[in-house]
Amino acid sequence: MTVVPAAAEPGLPDYVARQPSGFYRSINPGTKLAVAALEVVAAFVVPGWVGPLLVLAVVLATAAAARRLRGLGTIALATTPIVGSILLINLFLLPGASDPIARLGPLAPTWSGLWFGLQTVARLMAFSLAIGLVYLTTAVDDLLSDLARRGLGRRAIFVVGAAVQMVPATIERAGEIVEAQRSRGMDTEGRIWRRARGVLPLAGPVVFGALTEVEERTMALEARAFSAPGRQTLLRVPADRAAHRAIRWAAVFALVAIVVLRATGRLG
Amino acid sequence: MAIELSGVRYRYAGASAPALAAIDLRLEPGRVVGVAGANESGKSTLCLVAAGLAPGVIGGRLDGSVRIDGLETRAMRPHELAQHCGLLFQNAATQLSNTTATVFEEVAFGPCNLGLPVAEVVERVWWALRAVGVGDLAPRDPARLSGGQGQLVALASVLALRPRYLVLDEPTSELDPAGTRLVAEALARIARETGVGILLVEHKTDVLAQIADEVVVLDRGTVGLWGPAAAGLADPRLVELGVEPPAAVRLERAVRASGLEWSAALAEAIE
Repeated sequence: MTVVPAAAEPGLPDYVARQPSGFYRSINPGTKLAVAALEVVAAFVVPGWVGPLLVLAVVLATAAAARRLRGLGTIALATTPIVGSILLINLFLLPGASDPIARLGPLAPTWSGLWFGLQTVARLMAFSLAIGLVYLTTAVDDLLSDLARRGLGRRAIFVVGAAVQMVPATIERAGEIVEAQRSRGMDTEGRIWRRARGVLPLAGPVVFGALTEVEERTMALEARAFSAPGRQTLLRVPADRAAHRAIRWAAVFALVAIVVLRATGRLG
Repeated sequence: MAIELSGVRYRYAGASAPALAAIDLRLEPGRVVGVAGANESGKSTLCLVAAGLAPGVIGGRLDGSVRIDGLETRAMRPHELAQHCGLLFQNAATQLSNTTATVFEEVAFGPCNLGLPVAEVVERVWWALRAVGVGDLAPRDPARLSGGQGQLVALASVLALRPRYLVLDEPTSELDPAGTRLVAEALARIARETGVGILLVEHKTDVLAQIADEVVVLDRGTVGLWGPAAAGLADPRLVELGVEPPAAVRLERAVRASGLEWSAALAEAIE
C-alpha cells in the first residue's frame, strides 16, 4: 500500500493531520533518532573527556533552544542512584589505582578512581540525555508513524509505543495502589526503612496487575484486527524535508566514521 | 444471517471440567440478547466462544458448532472474525491501544489495521463515533476520559470495523449510574439504528430490561432460562439462578406481597 500524506486527505481533522512545530520538535523523528545514536556512540567511543563533554554541550544547547531543559533536568535527576553508585564504586574500588586522596580506615578513595568515575558518569549522562531529548521533543505517535513508514513491522511498532506509554500509566497505577495501601494502614511515608518495607506490597499489585491484563489486552487487540495481513494505513506521515534527510545521513556517516577511526586506532 | 451456537461445549486448556456444556443460542442482526447468570456460570466464556476468540486465540477445546452468518468460526482468522463480530470487555483501559494521541486515532486503529484507504478510515471513524454518540470526544486524549466515555470510545473502536454483531462482556460493570446510562442508551441506539445484533452479558438486569429483546440465564455452563426479556426477567426462577431481578420487578413483588394492588398505570409510570 502506498503511503498517502495525511494532509492531502479531505475530512481528516486538523488535530490528526497536525505536524509538530518549534525548534527541534519539527525535525523528523528518524533524524532525531540518528542524531541521538551518533551522540551515544560519540559519548562512549571517543576516548577521554572530549566525547562525553562535547555531546553534553550539544544536547544541553539543543534542549535550551527547544525549551526542554527542565525535562532534561528531571531525567538527569532520575539517574542519580546509578550515578552515585558508579562514583562510589570507582572512587573506592578502581582496580590498580594507587593514588589515594585520603585514608578512611580500610578504605582509600583514589584520584584515578574519582576521575574515571566522573568520566563514566559524564558518558552515562550524555547517553541518558541524548535519548531523553528525543523523548521530550517527539510525540510518540509521530515516532511510530515514522517507523511504520520506514517499514518496521506493526508488532514491533506496537511494542515500542506501548512500552513508552506504559511508563506514565504505570506511575499512575502505582499512585492508586499507594493510596489504596495507605487507606489500609500501610505507612508509605517517613523514614527510608519504613518506605522500604512498603515496596513489596506496592510492587506486587503493580506487576501482577499488569500481567493479568496481558491476556485481555491481547484479545482486545485481536478484536480490532491487529493481526490482519498487509500494511497498516498511516493517517499522518511526519514531515521529512531535504534538510532533515541531509542531517540524518550526515549523522549516520559521522557515526560510522567515529567507529572506523576508533577501530583503526586513529582516535587514540 | 445470525450467530448460531449449536451443542457448544468448551473447556479451557488445562481445565478438568468444561466451562460451557451443551449451549444452543441464536443472535440475529438488529436483536439484543441479554445474558445473565451467577459468577462462574460461563458468561465470559460464552462471549469468547461466540466471538470466535475461543479457542482461536486463547486455546482450549471446543465441541459443537459456532457459526457467524453461516461461517464456522474455527475456520476464520482473528482479523476476519473482527469484521463480523466485535468484542468488548469490562475494562475500557485494557481495550484501548495506548498508542494514540486522540480518540479519533484510537477509533481509527482497527480500520487502519485492515489497510483501508484513508478516506474510508475517516468515514468509518466518524460513523462509529456518531453511532455511539461521542463525536465531540474525537480530539480528546483517550487516556484522559472518564470510565463511561472510555467504554463508549472502546465501543466505537470495535464498531468502526463494521461488524454485523457485537458481543459485550459486562460493559457497564465498572461504571457509575451515569456511565451505565450512557452505555445503555448508546447500545439501544446502535441496535435500533444500525441493525447490529448484540449479545450483552450484564449483571445489571435493569439495563437488560431496558434494551434486551430476549434474555438467556446461564447456570453452570448450561442455559438455565431463555425467553423474551420481559417474561424472562420476571421469571421466579431468576433468583434461584443467582440473578437479581430488575428494580421494577422487585417493586411489583413488594407491592403485591404487602397486599396492595399493582396496576398497569403504576408499572408504566415506573418505566
